[in-house]
Amino acid sequence: MDSSGRFVARHVATLPKSGIRDFFAIVSKMKDAVSLGIGEPDFVTPYHIREAAISSLEKGRTSYTDNRGTQQFREEVSRYVARNYGPEYDPDTEILGTIGVSEALDILLRATLDPGDKVLYHEPCYVSYAPSVALCHAEAIPIRTVSADQFALDPAALRAAWRPGCKLLVLNFPTNPTGGTADRAKLEAIAKFAVEKDLLVASDEIYSELTFEGDHVSIASLPGMRERTVFLHGFSKAFAMTGFRIGYACGPAAVIDGMLKVHQYGIMCAPIMSQEAAVEALRNGRDSMLHMRDKYRERRDFIVRRFNELGLKCHLPRGAFYAFPDITSTGLDSMTFAQKLLEQQKVAMVPGNAFGAAGAGFCRASFSTSYERIHEAGERIARFLDGLPRR
Amino acid sequence: MNSVLKLILDGEALDTAQIGRILGMGPEAVDRELSALRQQGVLLGMRPVLNPGFESEHRVRAVIEIKVRTEGVGGFDAIAERIAAFEQVESCYLMSGGYDLLVVVTADNLYKVAGFVHERLARIDGVQGTSTHFFLRAYKKDGFVVSADGAGRDRPSVSP
Repeated sequence: MDSSGRFVARHVATLPKSGIRDFFAIVSKMKDAVSLGIGEPDFVTPYHIREAAISSLEKGRTSYTDNRGTQQFREEVSRYVARNYGPEYDPDTEILGTIGVSEALDILLRATLDPGDKVLYHEPCYVSYAPSVALCHAEAIPIRTVSADQFALDPAALRAAWRPGCKLLVLNFPTNPTGGTADRAKLEAIAKFAVEKDLLVASDEIYSELTFEGDHVSIASLPGMRERTVFLHGFSKAFAMTGFRIGYACGPAAVIDGMLKVHQYGIMCAPIMSQEAAVEALRNGRDSMLHMRDKYRERRDFIVRRFNELGLKCHLPRGAFYAFPDITSTGLDSMTFAQKLLEQQKVAMVPGNAFGAAGAGFCRASFSTSYERIHEAGERIARFLDGLPRR
Repeated sequence: MNSVLKLILDGEALDTAQIGRILGMGPEAVDRELSALRQQGVLLGMRPVLNPGFESEHRVRAVIEIKVRTEGVGGFDAIAERIAAFEQVESCYLMSGGYDLLVVVTADNLYKVAGFVHERLARIDGVQGTSTHFFLRAYKKDGFVVSADGAGRDRPSVSP
């Protein structure tokens, strides 16, 4: 019997496994399942971006780069962020290339948190926030967001959740899994609170280009926020580059320096061919990105309408590529709903509580898939709902 | 672009009821849109895209480059329209460059294509020369990649 578990650190042993993993194990063995569980674009990386990576390899550019990323990468990021989000960052001291936003957030937490520090974040949220905080021996404090508010963060709820010892606030707009966004007025109130309580803000804006309603506003662009915000972004979603594992962090030099220490010992640098593909995406990827965004918007309109027709109340996500229908009308909890739907009709949706307790009563359905599949899933869900006892 | 047409052009296999549901319109309205597109000459028809591997068990396909002389025979249109009328001809285009017409033909076997070239095409007044190329293997057809190791093969079906 394997007793090596005794070697695993307590804080890792007690860390819950991602609920998505178990689900994936079941779905991946099912032959004719229709999956709405995919958290990545169904588009292939646009060809001109792939070609930049191929060209990089052909030229034999296979070395390490500067820990921060190539000069060209950082300069291009600096221009892109200034043009699209507002703040200007110095490529030499304020930008760091990372292995996607996942690494950027992880090293930001590790560079800034001391054991016992508290971190505020809004829920439902991406699965890694709370575990990453726990891995830093810090305490994660969730702030509940609600469907009635389209899952935007209510500044009053933020104030209510605050406790002495809070050091960092993690924001993610548009949000995975809810598609929630925050408008300027809300962000201004949040920014004011961050200044008042001297909070550092980590703003994960990975879905920002996929904003369907209104203009995306970065909290880093608001007065007084540039010096206390780390802007986290990457290429996975907008440019369909998940497998390239490339992202970046922009922020005050001292924080980026701290992150650089963790990054240089743990990672060294992001892969050079991914950095070169990213440069191409930033320079010439806008048309492809807009095309994909339009497709997501069309599919969003269809899937949301379909859920509402079926009696599963679903708000209109304002960004990202997830619908987050309320399944409480079925009388089932999220996990039971998702399991039964998978068993009976072979449709995979991710239970909302995989994204935190605030996701209970919801399921996440990705519309990053074909109309055929969304349509088929709708038919199967209709059959599933018909088979449930009348309430 | 017309929303029905845009959806069809995406290449997904959707019937009119499905198209209607996706676009939030009844199937009758979709049929009306399709009829209008046909009447306007925008939509010539709809056919499935078959895997060429399956197709090649029953048919051979060739592309024929044709050089023509237009004097005294009514110009390009007259010759092209005559050629396009043959049932073996799948498509026929007037081209710029080293030859004039590009014709794609299908037949049961190689000999039937050869017979078509010798006995039909070559006899048309104005056809000066032909060059026939047979399709050997398809890697992509009408926007669909044919090879098995395509994109998304290893994409997990559930991810965060």
